[in-house]
Amino acid sequence: MAKFVGASVKRKEDNRFITGKGRFTDDIQLLNMTYVSIIRSPHAHAKIKSIDISAAKALAGVIDVFTGKDMADDGIASVPNGWQIGEDMKEPLHPPLAVDKVRHVGDGVAVVIAEDRDTARDGAELVAVDFEPLASVTDAVKAIEQGAPLVHEGVPQNSSFDWELGDEAATNEALNGAHSVTKLEYVNQRLIPNALEPRSAVGDYDVARDELTLYTSSQNPHVIRLLMCAFVLGLPEHKVRVISPDVGGGFGSKIFHYAEEIICSWATRKIGRPVKWTAERSESYLSDAHGRDHHTTAEMGFDKDGNVVGLRVNTLANLGAYLSTFGGAIPTWFYAPVLAGPYKTKNIFVHVKGAFTNTTPVDAYRGAGRPEATFVLERLMDTAAREMDFDPADLRKKNFLPPDSFPYETPVALTYDSGNYAPAMDKALKIIGYENLRAEQTKARKEGRFIGIGISSYVEACGGAPSRVVGALGARAGLYETASIRVHPTGKVTCYTGSHAHGQGHETTFAQIVADGFGISIDDVDVVHGDTGLVPFGMGSYGSRSLAVGGTAIYLTIEKIKEKAKKIAAHKLEASEEDVEFDDGNWKVKGTDKSVAFADVSLTAYVPHDYPEGLEPGLEDNTFWDPTNFTFPFGTHICVVEVDPDTGKVTVLRYIAVDDVGNIINPMIVAGQIHGGVAQGAAQALWEGAVYDESGQLITGSMMDYSIPKAEDLPSIEIDHTVTPSPVNPLGVKGAGECGTIGSTACVANAVIDAVAHLGVRDIPMPMTPERVWKAIHSMS
Amino acid sequence: MIPQSFDYLRAKSIEDAVSLLSQHRDSGKLLAGGQSIIPAMKLRLSSPSPLIDISGIRELTDIKRNDGILEIGALVTHRAVEFSEMVKDNCEVLSDAAAKIGDPSVRNRGTIGGNLAHADPAADYPALVQSLGAEIHVLGKSGDRTIASDDFFTGLFETALTDDEIITRVDFPVLDESTGAAYEKFRHPASRLAVVGVAAMVKIDGSGNCIAARVSITGAAASVFRAHDVENALVGNMLDEASISNATKQVADAADLMGEVFASEEYRAQLCSVISKRALIAAMECAKA
Repeated sequence: MAKFVGASVKRKEDNRFITGKGRFTDDIQLLNMTYVSIIRSPHAHAKIKSIDISAAKALAGVIDVFTGKDMADDGIASVPNGWQIGEDMKEPLHPPLAVDKVRHVGDGVAVVIAEDRDTARDGAELVAVDFEPLASVTDAVKAIEQGAPLVHEGVPQNSSFDWELGDEAATNEALNGAHSVTKLEYVNQRLIPNALEPRSAVGDYDVARDELTLYTSSQNPHVIRLLMCAFVLGLPEHKVRVISPDVGGGFGSKIFHYAEEIICSWATRKIGRPVKWTAERSESYLSDAHGRDHHTTAEMGFDKDGNVVGLRVNTLANLGAYLSTFGGAIPTWFYAPVLAGPYKTKNIFVHVKGAFTNTTPVDAYRGAGRPEATFVLERLMDTAAREMDFDPADLRKKNFLPPDSFPYETPVALTYDSGNYAPAMDKALKIIGYENLRAEQTKARKEGRFIGIGISSYVEACGGAPSRVVGALGARAGLYETASIRVHPTGKVTCYTGSHAHGQGHETTFAQIVADGFGISIDDVDVVHGDTGLVPFGMGSYGSRSLAVGGTAIYLTIEKIKEKAKKIAAHKLEASEEDVEFDDGNWKVKGTDKSVAFADVSLTAYVPHDYPEGLEPGLEDNTFWDPTNFTFPFGTHICVVEVDPDTGKVTVLRYIAVDDVGNIINPMIVAGQIHGGVAQGAAQALWEGAVYDESGQLITGSMMDYSIPKAEDLPSIEIDHTVTPSPVNPLGVKGAGECGTIGSTACVANAVIDAVAHLGVRDIPMPMTPERVWKAIHSMS
Repeated sequence: MIPQSFDYLRAKSIEDAVSLLSQHRDSGKLLAGGQSIIPAMKLRLSSPSPLIDISGIRELTDIKRNDGILEIGALVTHRAVEFSEMVKDNCEVLSDAAAKIGDPSVRNRGTIGGNLAHADPAADYPALVQSLGAEIHVLGKSGDRTIASDDFFTGLFETALTDDEIITRVDFPVLDESTGAAYEKFRHPASRLAVVGVAAMVKIDGSGNCIAARVSITGAAASVFRAHDVENALVGNMLDEASISNATKQVADAADLMGEVFASEEYRAQLCSVISKRALIAAMECAKA
């Protein structure tokens, strides 16, 4: 009987967070702690001629100063790349501290370690680096031109990979024979993640036990340990413990293995004292991996009735100066397969080129490839509807895969598990009152008010699996998840998960599953994550995988434990196992009033005086769950915006999100995920965008310049759901962490264009700032 | 976000502050609410020493009405102006404008004197001070003086204050019924500073003719400036939407304005027209014939 699953249980973890008692990496205080300040390159591209550390070393309180050469001398070559894209991929080295050359503003050059933060910072100013500036390139289009400055010697034309998916010949033929072809060329701009908690790392080497502990603000501590031990520092994995305690937001930016983790782990062994680094916010802007940054040309062909006959997409992805852990995977395998969308499109061809530039590395940022793909499809759909004089909702519906298509094998490498797209759209249309809205829009135009309606339908692929398949695609890691559950003698439960929470509320959602599974109170369940010393193994959280993969591992472990507990219960009830059933926390003999409580069974498991023959004592188990497939959430978002004709300022008046994420464990947490996701997606459409100047300086390098939305910038988001359970896992769940972002960027962008399309405006580059919108209007009048 | 080390001194009185400032005129800086200087120090863009903390000088925190004048002490916070009944009753536009500065935590600490002395090109108060024709009272080693608002702002982060002068209070005129004033602000979405902010004051006679107008624009150029052409076009004419539209068609020349990634010179010129028009209409609606 479900008491907790399906209910908006208040988050167990919030008590400590809202009372300021969370324990984040920077809160870790160790005896003899030292502090690191990193000297970073002020140049986009430069030779390091010399580094004079003498003045810094002489400063009272400075313990030591290290350069890239010191790390190289210890055999530390490169931060690893986690995904190979094609056999010819160019994977240049990424030294944790630059050795001969710096390749982007913010590239680390040297570190000062001091007794306190202030001295470290003062010491950093005394390190004199003699740079010889070199010509640089920040724009991927320019980077692949003949004669462009080379970011890495040995990587001609800055090209890391050329990659294709789909049937090129069939797609070309389909587009050639199409009744009409809608084409868009645009930049899906670079974004800068802004987790509330800046990244932080503490390295602590215990010389007596020869053990290293790394505390790091990461989304996947086990993977960091694996990468660092096996590929960077060559440390014995059983002598290294990685702890990611409370983590204040990630949005993808804390998935990756970062140079600072290596620096702190290495430096603590060098100086024999714990070493702490915490990013200053302006450092975060330069050193956290950025997101998106695509130049895309996309063409969608239709027959005369509006059926899509083909889609051809050509994308140039800016990878930044180095390959971040999944930098190659995001614009390829997490992007191109999503281009089938919810549509019947038979012919799809995608070409992606990955280019190095003198910018901060680019990697996964909330949605990670899927918002970019949804943007391609949904901007094309709206533009085509206008060009072919279809209602944009009708054109989409006409092309939706019918509900009897599933499982559906797309032309681009995925098999959709389940779906039923039209009801989600109908629900969104009904909530917003679509029929009247078009009339209101026309009326408003007559009054000089520009109202726009934007629609975006999407299918996303999350909970990536199985490992066999992702391995074949080039992943250098598995994508399963683990759970380990320990029932204590008194019936209290500790659940260890390989997933990692950094805002998602796993301590509540997972506890709901465990509490219902054992029929106990949610207060009797603790969820532990983020510590390689406690959790057997884990793949961490990203790609909306925690519930579908990690939650299922928990569910399966509960079932295993209950199977054993049933034997104990049957023994206690002097009944045969077949006659015993579990009912709301008690084992019962069917058809009788004989029962034994869960806690009695657990006590017996640990005090096995009167116990089933041949059964091991104890009550704990674990699971490694490698799913058979991704899960495929879908939905339709609709919004209404108003554009001020005189200033170009866009106001979002209403936002409706109808998402199908399968079964929902905690509606409040799902709502929170969607609200935040929509805010981030809408922000890409309207406000956020990284800008580099000609010399490679990041001019949106602070919260004074880079426009993260505030609460007042958005209306109250109206959300609803349809429920199509996933057949991939026994919980019937899909991911919910990214669909808000995936659906919303195109939705808001479409609404802005819709508001000014009657003037002849066809596209506006993102972010659609007031000036850009005003200029688009102005250029038409 | 760690500043260089600095010395800290605490002024006991206005005279003490002037004396300390005079002693440390080369490298010292006054600390009032700290909403500009502290961030600049944390980013190591500025490394003054000593900081002379004047925030404890109680006599600079008064808001008083003195005949036709509303006197606001230099250390009055934006939050105090926002919520002061005295300000609301006598010069409501000021409390409206104060409510548009930064966010609540900035308004709780930031002061009117610090804001004016810093002369940030995108600050809100300079436009209010100018359009309302306020007077800035200062005290220095050589005594006190009054600086007219039109003379106070001399350039980018530059004012008419000498090295040893501190602002003591700002005098605003109490607005009568025939005078209307308004502040319209087009905010930068990240910093919340004014991309263009326009403070407008108009006075009308019994038949609705404009007999005085002052329009002051912040955010658009290196320093706050008066839109004299707009003012001249309005004075002597019937004040209505048509005359305001007409007067604000061309408020500023793009060549005189600032441009950056969010708003170019050309776009700022457009905003100067649009926001001036909106501010003047709002001001007109406050004025009673």
